[in-house]
Amino acid sequence: MSLGPAEVAKIAHLARLAIREQDAPAYARNLSAILDLVAQMNAVDTTGVAPMAHPLDMAQRPRADEVTEANQREHFQAIAPRVEAGLYLVPKVIE
Amino acid sequence: MNLPSPTAMHDQTIARLGAGLAAGEFSSEELTRVFLARIEQFNPGLNAFITVTAESALAQARAADERRRRGEAGPLTGVPIAHKDIFCTDGVRTSCGSRMLDRFIAPYNATVVENLAAAGVVMLGKTNMDEFAMGSSNETSFYGPVRNPWDLDAVPGGSSGGSAAAVAARLTPGATGTDTGGSIRQPAALCGITGIKPTYGRVSRWGMIAYASSLDQGGPMARTAEDCALLLGAMAGFDRRDSTCVDRPVPDYVALLDRPLHGLKIGLPREYFGEGLDGEVARVVEAAITEYRKLGAEMVEISLPNSQLAIPAYYVIAPAECSSNLARFDGVRYGHRCENPKDLLDLYTRSRAEGFGAEVTRRILVGTFVLSAGYYDAYYLKAQQIRRLISDDFRRAFDQVDVIAGPTSPTVAFNLGEKVDDPITMYLSDIYTIAVNLAGLPGLSLPVGFVGQRPVGLQLIGNYFAEDQLLNVAHRYQQVTDWHQRSPVAFA
Repeated sequence: MSLGPAEVAKIAHLARLAIREQDAPAYARNLSAILDLVAQMNAVDTTGVAPMAHPLDMAQRPRADEVTEANQREHFQAIAPRVEAGLYLVPKVIE
Repeated sequence: MNLPSPTAMHDQTIARLGAGLAAGEFSSEELTRVFLARIEQFNPGLNAFITVTAESALAQARAADERRRRGEAGPLTGVPIAHKDIFCTDGVRTSCGSRMLDRFIAPYNATVVENLAAAGVVMLGKTNMDEFAMGSSNETSFYGPVRNPWDLDAVPGGSSGGSAAAVAARLTPGATGTDTGGSIRQPAALCGITGIKPTYGRVSRWGMIAYASSLDQGGPMARTAEDCALLLGAMAGFDRRDSTCVDRPVPDYVALLDRPLHGLKIGLPREYFGEGLDGEVARVVEAAITEYRKLGAEMVEISLPNSQLAIPAYYVIAPAECSSNLARFDGVRYGHRCENPKDLLDLYTRSRAEGFGAEVTRRILVGTFVLSAGYYDAYYLKAQQIRRLISDDFRRAFDQVDVIAGPTSPTVAFNLGEKVDDPITMYLSDIYTIAVNLAGLPGLSLPVGFVGQRPVGLQLIGNYFAEDQLLNVAHRYQQVTDWHQRSPVAFA
């Protein structure tokens, strides 16, 4: 599988990563090489093999729907880049 | 090769230091000052620590001494250790080796940090690592590479390279690490120390910054299997805050170290001794196997036929999970934020581009691609099927043998800069360790010799929750050999 700079730009947009135009060809080369490595998987027929998502094939453990944590908004917002009046600040989304 | 001076405190194992503390030979404060002084002296040349917490270390040491006076000390009380900078430490910068978290002061402790603190350990500081644990040489760190204490031109391995180098150089008697594809075992091998990646779910991942959540597992790194047993016993255990943590009693690993190895069946996978394995590393590993024969173990040739598929499957699954996990870094709630974003999209894309280095960017891109519409079945689903085949290989092997042994890494430590521009070559250095993560099995690396002045590690792979057996098998070897006692001359 070979990817070009335009495809890298599209993937970067999906990943919300600003990639400089001059860096796109190098990423395209790296990604193509990684996908070639990954393509070795196709040498094996996996028809009927159950996909393995968890090493112990364990189900997620449910818990009771109860409040277990105290509110620590101020503590957690102390490390936020921009907050005001308990709110996280971002550029204006709606005019 | 110099043998360590028998009296120097920094040259003692955790077990010995614990005994010295218990006997009142020295206080935790004295011991902590010894290691802080060594860090001050040697860290500038090694770059093994990102953050040194001298003041709080001394406070913790005094608290440990006080606890001992009250008669409430355990075997680890007052023993200094270091944490890989992937574990959240309340009030202390937790950078994960990334510019993204350069100014991130964690608001809580990881469970591993809490558990070890409850045992009374003293934290010396936070160790350097590949950015977000993505790397095999410690060269992707925002804080610069770590050097290998055995040869300053060589990498220490990665991603837990700072922890491995700090233990090898005797800047700390033990450290925590994490292992997603070999990140405890490979640096342990390259730095000549002992490290164990437990069974997936044995150690809580809560507060351990996520890379690939179905593979990540924390574990101890130290000089000896006995020290790893002490540390793992304190680290492991059920944690309701990690939904994949296993609710199962933690054995007394130290009490189980001495079992004889007579009749133990050790499997040697032929795929781990073939093409790609350095000839001199192979000779050192074979000498270790001969030693195990003398200890009464029986060697059985086995096959793990899908071994060559581990790296391809890993480089789908790990990037896919990483692209999802690292989506949380958005420049809004914590972490790096770009200057003067013109709109929300600009805030996201620029904060992330400025915060992440090249290898993290590559893996996020690969992960985003393999999960994107139209590609999921061909990549992610296929990789999960391969994962099943690899896991089945191990299940069949453990029907025949008790543990599996082979090289941890196909070569000794390579030179700084040698592979950094070639991701694929770098990825291949984890060829013997990655399958263990895919299967979720425990794996241990122990030092078994040298090629030139660079150490060689033997990897032991066990069945699920057989950490006690791996530590036992490593410990018996360390009772009859002294590779684990060797220390790099420049750091004597």
